[in-house]
Amino acid sequence: MAGGHSHPLYLDQSSPVHRLAPEVKIVASVGFTVLMVLTPRTEFWAFGVYLLLLLGVAFAARVSPWWLATRSLIEAPFVVLAVLLPFLGSGPRVDWLGLSLSVEGLLGAWNIVAKATLGVLSSLLLAATTQMRDLVLGLDRLRCPAVVTQIVTFMLRYAEVLAAEARRMRIARISRGDSPRFLWQARGFAVGAGALFLRAFERGERVYLAMVSRGYTGRLPALYGPGPGLAQWSAALALPVAAGLVLAVAAGRAVFMS
Amino acid sequence: MDPVALHIANGLVNAPVWLAYLGIAVVALVVCVKRAGRDLDERLAPMAGLVAAYIFAVQMLNFPVFPGVSGHLLGAALAALLVGPWAGALCVSIVLIVQAFVFADGGVTALGLNIGNMALVGTVAAYGVIALLLRVLPRTIAGLSVTAFVAGLLSVVAAAFGFVLQYALGGVAPMPLGWVAGAVGGTHLLIGIGEGLITAITVVAVARVRPDLVHALRQAGWRTPEKAPVAVGAGSAS
Repeated sequence: MAGGHSHPLYLDQSSPVHRLAPEVKIVASVGFTVLMVLTPRTEFWAFGVYLLLLLGVAFAARVSPWWLATRSLIEAPFVVLAVLLPFLGSGPRVDWLGLSLSVEGLLGAWNIVAKATLGVLSSLLLAATTQMRDLVLGLDRLRCPAVVTQIVTFMLRYAEVLAAEARRMRIARISRGDSPRFLWQARGFAVGAGALFLRAFERGERVYLAMVSRGYTGRLPALYGPGPGLAQWSAALALPVAAGLVLAVAAGRAVFMS
Repeated sequence: MDPVALHIANGLVNAPVWLAYLGIAVVALVVCVKRAGRDLDERLAPMAGLVAAYIFAVQMLNFPVFPGVSGHLLGAALAALLVGPWAGALCVSIVLIVQAFVFADGGVTALGLNIGNMALVGTVAAYGVIALLLRVLPRTIAGLSVTAFVAGLLSVVAAAFGFVLQYALGGVAPMPLGWVAGAVGGTHLLIGIGEGLITAITVVAVARVRPDLVHALRQAGWRTPEKAPVAVGAGSAS
């Protein structure tokens, strides 16, 4: 089964970032995101540096900025919230183009847009350069509890099968004249969802019995290869270390200024 | 796939609050693994993985709300009905973790917040309704439908108010809380009606064919549904 090992955001190409071990990429991405989120919002320059750091990673990973920009539209609803904040926030206000805007609201909106965007870019770069099974392997090597990685493994293996089945059922429904436009016409969809559950569960029972008959006792055999070396760790950790330096300077300045 | 996400992003809520929620989420997941394992023993990983994949697949199917506007199921109430509260909350959490890491949907630092709302608050609300209504209402398909509808509706509204609570505790900018509650609660009331309808029809479709697979019915001591099993419209004969 070739499916289940790739995902829509994965870019199948070769680059130094693609070749890094998954666990060092996970640590780098999560570490960068946490440090970036902790940065005081009034240190505007820091977020520019963060963006440059991510663009550097994107260049090394041969991911185009345009690809990143279109995929980051996922956070659009939060931009809408952010646009409302300056109008609805309380506290001192400033006039801009005849609009009365809350200073606190403007800062809050900036905080959301900057941190949400940088966080999405960091996650996108991880997803674009790491296959699904490698993500799970990386989580496993980072000592994520086995029960979680196992459930994720099964979920990813079943997800593609079920999504394809759901797509076939949808096409079958539409080709028989079902064209729902309003919520009260969603009955066909919901009955289909019930049928999908039955098919999925019965498939799961069959697969489980097949596994038991082949000696499954609740654990999957571990797929350990050699772990990443010092070179890989130091290359990947350059990103969070750089972010840590930016955070240290930004936090220092914020304390000094206040 | 729907390109727009409504999972909480990074930077919306301050650090003490997201750290606290992360801690709560970790503790809750440990409890869920223990309790779900008691029901499922060595079947836990395959079955929970299957249900998580099912929620994931159902979330990819959009249903129409109005022309041009579509929603998708959150699935907390559906999971609680079908596999029970512990495995249900665990599966929804795993879906959220995968969405954050693989689909950049929901911030990594907001994982605790999202799990708190959608997996924990949503499941608690849904299961509260299920435990109460299945006892009170008549043991018929109609009773099950009403239970599932209310559970679906309240799980979404409760999850939305979970976000309002988080924003009140640590929102990055002061906003009139009444306004936040009204906007978030109002939109999610509409979403919740859709969630309730679809949860009800889905669960009834399963209960008619294989009532033994519906955890809530086993728990409430149902034997057989009122009607003889009929073939489900979209075909269960595969």
